Amino acid sequence: MASEGEASFEALYGRLEQVVQRLEQGGLGLEEAIALYEEGMRLAVRCRQMLEQAQLRITRLRDELGLYTGEGMGEPRPAYDGTEADMEMG
Amino acid sequence: MIQAYSVSELARLICRTLRGEPLLQDLWLEGELSNLRAGYAGHLYFTLKDEDAQVRCVMFGGQWRTAGLENGQQVLAHGRVDFWEVRGDLQFYVDFVQPAGVGLWQAQFEMLKAKLEAEGLFDPSRKRPLPPFPRRIGVATSPAGHVFHDICQVIGRRWPLAEVVLAPTPVQGPDAVSGLTWAIRRLNEVGVDVIIVARGGGSLEELWPFNEEQVARAIFASRVPVVSGVGHEPDVTIADLVADVRAPTPSAAAEVAVPDRAHLLQRVQGAVSALDAELEECIEARRRALAQATFSLERSLPDISSLAARALALGQRCLALAQQQARHLEERLRGLGLRLASLDPRATLARGYAIVRKRGGPVVASTTQVRDGDLLDIYVADGHFPAEVSRQYGF
Repeated sequence: MASEGEASFEALYGRLEQVVQRLEQGGLGLEEAIALYEEGMRLAVRCRQMLEQAQLRITRLRDELGLYTGEGMGEPRPAYDGTEADMEMG
Repeated sequence: MIQAYSVSELARLICRTLRGEPLLQDLWLEGELSNLRAGYAGHLYFTLKDEDAQVRCVMFGGQWRTAGLENGQQVLAHGRVDFWEVRGDLQFYVDFVQPAGVGLWQAQFEMLKAKLEAEGLFDPSRKRPLPPFPRRIGVATSPAGHVFHDICQVIGRRWPLAEVVLAPTPVQGPDAVSGLTWAIRRLNEVGVDVIIVARGGGSLEELWPFNEEQVARAIFASRVPVVSGVGHEPDVTIADLVADVRAPTPSAAAEVAVPDRAHLLQRVQGAVSALDAELEECIEARRRALAQATFSLERSLPDISSLAARALALGQRCLALAQQQARHLEERLRGLGLRLASLDPRATLARGYAIVRKRGGPVVASTTQVRDGDLLDIYVADGHFPAEVSRQYGF
């Protein structure tokens, strides 16, 4: 799961695509190519981790109109109870 | 108290009374079309009637309308009732008309659709692309029932890197329109990357909030793209038409709103393969360059064996020349030897000549070199003997 302050998947994946593209263009010194390769590999590992380990977060906004105080709205799910509650999905 | 009204006052009273009655201001009227004629500036005049009554109708130019109206046709018209003081006429001001027989809901739908379409709310050019990797996904739907659960299931499977923000709202009944409007506005305020507006399948009446103008305008006003997933596949609501992307069901809306992690994993794997291949190619290119350079270098070095052969040939030529030279010198030497032998004074002595030398001094070649009593050595062919100069022989 991407925490605050950490680079987003979008940023990491975007950089990974850039790195691959740069390597494909060629014309690099060997040192530079190896440095890019290592950066790309690190990015790929991080991207894969993010994709494999992420857990969906669920937030519920406060019912400002007071529409769900009455009857007949169906059984509220316990996990959704309260305001701004988080729920993890498997 | 009895009071006399002027005609104008009566007209104003009638107008006020009519306009104060909400039903007369938003009315669907079914009847037979007659006296149809086109007027000035594209206005359309006609009468709607049944067996017992009739009402004069006017439809102003530039209003949306259904083409192909004919006298005698049963039509369904929407409009408001008003009084035209100048002529003393009560008129039905029509803003939408279509052949009868389609049902009132459908007519309402067609009317709003025509209106919003004319305003450009469905314009393809204003459809916004969805963000490729949304971090916060707003969902405007009911927390009860399966719809929200299904949406979370889909997003949890495909794109669990996101946060789902639910704005709970009824999706049918009297509170649905205000709830949906609030939910869309609120999600814009809290900041999400994309909004899913959803509800499960239902009757036309149950889906009706999604055909309301207010909801359509809330979707249109959203600053972030909206994906609609209302009802089942064949249901198309006004909300669907305004949304940036229309999905046939709530789950499908969740699908299109987020990327698929399995697909992304494949792409990351593809990137890894590409990195490997590129680095290998990078090194391989250098290996090739090195091999080429080595080859060139070897070719540019002098050829030792041919040099050796040349050196050998030169050596042999030198030797041959030296031998030739030596032979030549030998011959000359022999010639010189012969000539030298002919000059040998001893040969002259052999013919009887002698050489006179003062003892321990030079060869005597003149009488002036000697005096009486000088001792001499006389050299002849086979040796020498001493002698003395003597005056007594007249010297």
